Parts: sequence; structure tokens; C-alpha cells
Amino acid sequence: MTIIRTTWVALDDTELCSFEELQDRSGLSEQELSELVDIGTIVGQVQVQSSDARPVYSLRYVGIAQTARNLRDDFELDHHGIALAMTLLARIEALQRDLATARATR
Amino acid sequence: MQYKDYYQILGVPRDAVLADIKKAYRKLAHLYHPDVSNDPTGEEKFKAAAEAYATLKSPEKRAEYDALGSRAQGESFTPPPEWQQRHGASDSSFDDVDLADLFKSFRSAAGHGASRAHASHQTHAPMAGDDFTVEVPVTLEDIYNGGETDISVAIPEYDGNGLPHRVPKTFRVTIPKGAAAGLRLRLPGRGGPGQRGGAQGDLYVILTIAAHATYRLAGRDLSFDLALAPWEAVLGTSVQVATLGGTVALSIKAGTSSGQRLRLAGRGLPATAGPAGDLYAVVRIVVPKSVGPKEKILYEQLAQAAEFNPRNEDIGRAP
Repeated sequence: MTIIRTTWVALDDTELCSFEELQDRSGLSEQELSELVDIGTIVGQVQVQSSDARPVYSLRYVGIAQTARNLRDDFELDHHGIALAMTLLARIEALQRDLATARATR
Repeated sequence: MQYKDYYQILGVPRDAVLADIKKAYRKLAHLYHPDVSNDPTGEEKFKAAAEAYATLKSPEKRAEYDALGSRAQGESFTPPPEWQQRHGASDSSFDDVDLADLFKSFRSAAGHGASRAHASHQTHAPMAGDDFTVEVPVTLEDIYNGGETDISVAIPEYDGNGLPHRVPKTFRVTIPKGAAAGLRLRLPGRGGPGQRGGAQGDLYVILTIAAHATYRLAGRDLSFDLALAPWEAVLGTSVQVATLGGTVALSIKAGTSSGQRLRLAGRGLPATAGPAGDLYAVVRIVVPKSVGPKEKILYEQLAQAAEFNPRNEDIGRAP
């Protein structure tokens, strides 16, 4: 079997993308993505040294937005449902981090 | 081609109405969806349920599926002549075709839930290839040192007649040193093929950190249990400790108690940006299960001479 060496782009906080790119990569609608921004699940940042006042987003949010898209498709959620599910998931993830810390340091 | 019993997967009879099919799918989705479930086998079960639902919720696809008749799950079958005709293919051309890929590629109403790649299915516009996501477990050593891992995926590729064949591929990627658990890597253009000039999809790799025999992970910090003999804890000592970066000598102060956490600064996992985590040795004082006559005498002498009573200490005081 042929092994293909390939490069990647890390979806972490080191790179930024536009709202439109986030929308394109995730498959969410503008309204759905805006709702996630409004509730603080996705947080934009304004680049101080840029003349463009529109916020940009960490590539880390691509994964979060893709999760939202999957939940929308798999559970047939509307934008309110997506926002609620993502809020609850964020809380679960925070609790899981706390649990991992408690277990590691017991 | 292998038969998949979509009715059995969803747990509904073959004459189930759409509402019951939807209800059964939702029940399974709530149980096994990878973003909701902790079941290690949940993802596979959810994928099977989602495939079944995607076909049975569409009247056209369901009719095509039902026309195959009832068969045993996993049974090899010969595709009907009309399928072969449609794809200008022979029976053997279907050998590496997945039933779900085939139904996904059938022309039908791309209803709610269709991926962005298939949203334009009914048009002649370029159609982007599907994105695929795989989870890849990596070791703490891989994260610490960086390294390479092979990712094997079977991605459908369309032949000249539009028949989707599963093609196994192996990608070798360098694991970023200091990658955090859950980091996603996008491998551009390594997903499903685009159609009618559409862009190739992407492959997303989610790095998960495999459980380690020695270390427990919390963020970038690592912890491990350091076993000490009672006299080592009382008198102090120096012990050799294995870290991901090699063995180091750790000085144990006299009077170290069980449960105390000794920090080895910067010996945890590195970070792509910022300082590395720390390594914590969690002291566990271990006593021998049995002692020889000489040791027993010494312990008895110690018991006579000692003024220490752990029940008078804060930590050992009875409530």
C-alpha cells in the first residue's frame, strides 16, 4: 500500500480566519454562526493593526462550528437548538476537564 | 456488494411509517452520537443508524432499497440489473462499493441533513467533495517528542460511470510537538473527490491522547504515583524518576507524607506556544506486607521509642 506523506493545517489558536471562511468550512448558515457568536460560543477578535474592523476568528473555532453543523444535521436542530446544544457541550467539556484534573492529582 | 439491513439497524419493521423510522433514528442518535455519547462503540453504531435513516427517510431511496428484498445483514448480493445498467458496470464492479455510498450518490431530494457537498446534487453545478473526519490516538511520547503517525481511511472515489468505490489510503503525518488533546488537523484536499470540477474535500484528523501506563494528564501537566518506603519518607532520600525527557534525580525531603505532590517544573508536556507543563510526583508510602524477624524487632523498638501519633496530626485526626 502506498503511503502518502501529507501536510496539515493545525486548527488551533495560532492562525486566524474570517467569518466567511468559518462559515464555509463548517457548513453553517450565516444566522446559525451569528447565533454562536452572539452567545459567546465563538469569540471573534479585532486586529488592532488592520484597517478592516471586522472581527477574525481563531482556527480552533472551525472544529466547534463543525460540531455544531453535525449536531444540526444529525438531530435536525434549528438555530436555537444548536445554540443550546453547544452551550451544554461547552459546560460538559469544562466539567470533563475538571474531572481529568481531579483524577490526575488524586 | 454487502447487504445492510437498515430496518434491523434502526429496530423497526419493514413496513414502518416515516414517523416511526424518524423516532427510532432519534432514539439511537441520542444514545450513540459521538458528541453526546461516552460509549466507545457509539460512533460506529451512530454511523450505521445515520446511514440507515438517510436512505429510509427518502421515499425514492427507500423504494430502491426495498426492491432489493429482505436479506441477512452482511450477506453478499448481486446488484439488480437496473443498477448495473445505470452505472454501465458489471456485477464485479460493485465489489468494493459501499451500499450507503451508493444510496448517497443516487439522485433524490437532498433534504435536510444533506452535507454541503451534496446540497447541489440536483444541479449540474460543480460539487465539492465530502469532508471526512477521523480520530487518531497518539501517545504522550509522540506529543512530547513529535513524531509521525499513519492514518488509514477508505474514501469513496467515483469511477467514470459515477459508481463510488471505497479506496483505502494511508496518509503519513507529522504529529506537531506539544499538540493538545483534541487538536484538529486539516489535511487539505485529502477528503472525497469533487465532481463536475468541484474542489476536493478535506480530511480532518482529531488527535486523541491514548491512556498512559504511568502518567495521568491534566491539561499540559502530568502526574504519576511515586512509591516510597516508610523510612525513605521519614529520613529523606534521592530517587531516580523517569520523565518523558529522560531520567532525573528527585530529592525527597525528610518528613514527606503520603499524598504530597512534588513538582518537577517544566517536565510535563511542551506547548506549541508558551511554557511547558509540569510533572507531579504524587507520594504514596508503601509498607511491606510482611517483615522478617530482625525488621520486626526494629519496628517494635521504633514503636516504643516514637512519640509520633498520626491520629493527632491534622490529616489523620478522626472526625
